[in-house]
Amino acid sequence: MQETATLNNSFKSEEYFINMGPQHPATHGVLRLLLTIDGEIIKKVEPDLGYIHRSIEKMCERDSYQQIVHLTDRMDYLSSHINNEAVCLTVENALELEIPDRVKVIRTIIGELTRIASHCLWWGVMGMDVGALTTYFYGFRDREMINDIFEETCGARLTMNYNVPGGLMWDIHPNFIKRVKEFIVHFKTKIPEYDKLLTGNVIFQKRTKGVGVLSKEDAISFGVSGPVARGSGYSCDVRKYHPYSALDKVTFNEVLETDGDTFARYNVRIKELWESLSIIEQLIDNIPEGEHRVKTNAVIKLPKGEFYQKVETARGELGVYIISTGTKNPYRMKFRSPGFSNLSALNHMAVGGKIGDLVATMATLDLVIPDIDR
Amino acid sequence: MTNEALQILISEWFPNPEFEIKSESVDIDREEKESEIEESVNPSLLEFTEEGSQFLNVLVKPENLHELMNKLKINSETSLDYLFCLTGVDWGAELGIVYHLESTKHRHNIVVKVKTKDRDNPTFDSVCDLWRTAEFHEREVFDFFGINFNNHPNLKRLFLTPEWDGFPLRKDYVDEINMVIK
Repeated sequence: MQETATLNNSFKSEEYFINMGPQHPATHGVLRLLLTIDGEIIKKVEPDLGYIHRSIEKMCERDSYQQIVHLTDRMDYLSSHINNEAVCLTVENALELEIPDRVKVIRTIIGELTRIASHCLWWGVMGMDVGALTTYFYGFRDREMINDIFEETCGARLTMNYNVPGGLMWDIHPNFIKRVKEFIVHFKTKIPEYDKLLTGNVIFQKRTKGVGVLSKEDAISFGVSGPVARGSGYSCDVRKYHPYSALDKVTFNEVLETDGDTFARYNVRIKELWESLSIIEQLIDNIPEGEHRVKTNAVIKLPKGEFYQKVETARGELGVYIISTGTKNPYRMKFRSPGFSNLSALNHMAVGGKIGDLVATMATLDLVIPDIDR
Repeated sequence: MTNEALQILISEWFPNPEFEIKSESVDIDREEKESEIEESVNPSLLEFTEEGSQFLNVLVKPENLHELMNKLKINSETSLDYLFCLTGVDWGAELGIVYHLESTKHRHNIVVKVKTKDRDNPTFDSVCDLWRTAEFHEREVFDFFGINFNNHPNLKRLFLTPEWDGFPLRKDYVDEINMVIK
């Protein structure tokens, strides 16, 4: 039976190219992947980048430090607050400014809210990528509450620009504490729903377990960071190793999984939701009184030297590297974006799998293309 | 490891041959001249500085780059296995790369810099074989600074189209249409 099937099979096995993107729902933006495939098996994935490259690093060389802050939330727009914070921290450290505790605590609370909002969106889209459309609505419903809080306090929902070098643009809205507490109560009942709906789903587990495996050694070699690296058992949380703002005052666990597959990365993010809630709970009742901003010169000039600051965005380690010659503009500004390094590991993770697995793997890489293209 | 300990360890890997010759030849009036020599000739081929940076900075000559990086990674005392940032820089007269390294075992950092005066055909050895993350980062540097890398498996433009003229992040790049000069 089998022999006749082989004899009659006139199809040859042949490698060929196929384009995935730049307009593809699973690439979540304008990312083009050149796939070399043999049947359904992936032989090579080559990302083609630059569709929305704006050369932010070059623009920074002509901008003042206050202006640069506004450019950074156009990189990883889902972690906009944390991106702003990274630049502000670099500038503040370079100027050796003493930042009030109130600012540090508010920055950390909003940073963790940003992380939850980003993970909610990721969770919704993750389900959608593997064929469970309902999650999209659940994720966006809960993210909406956070966006409303942001709108009230920061005046914007996505690209908030709430940070300025020296503190915050303005103080928090009187409703802020009340609404954050309401959100915590609400969201604690929703994460178990997430688990019921998707985490325990048999089809979902079959799509994700053992798919897109990345070992710990490879994770370090590829410079992978954030939940992707922690899914491979690589302990790299910047919040733990290089705490900034008020993160040294709170206790939380770094979530680690050891399997390194898509399901492990998924679990890391779900558990991080609980940790972020815990951080906010520890801080929300203890926002110190004080100024929301310290005065800086209208024209900020950094001293001559090199300054590096890393923060943990929802995607991983964002590094801001400024080379200053003592003028009002940076001589060279580099953003080490987490998505760029995470994407570089995609080929390694996807080869040997099927196209459907590639979609699942990409969903847990949680790529934001402007973060890669900068 | 502290920065001082790192500096002592790493500087011994690349002794400066000139320093040894000079210190041998001046045996007679050694006491007088020793301090002078130490100031003028660096005992190591590497230059260390911590000025204006929170990390220990090492400046290495292009020909020693790959050997140094390899040692930094495999030596069990340094064990700098995490290349978290690779930056191309145009210093005006010189083009160069800044490597930010961290050890996931010891949690210490080091910054390695390499520079060249050759602006027409700047070339360094690739460190892709040591850290795979360098593959993308070096392509980005090639794209924006026109710096070539020996032994890179796939050196071509990453963000820009292949027919793009010039290297935008160089300081002398001119583009009258797309750049707004303030």
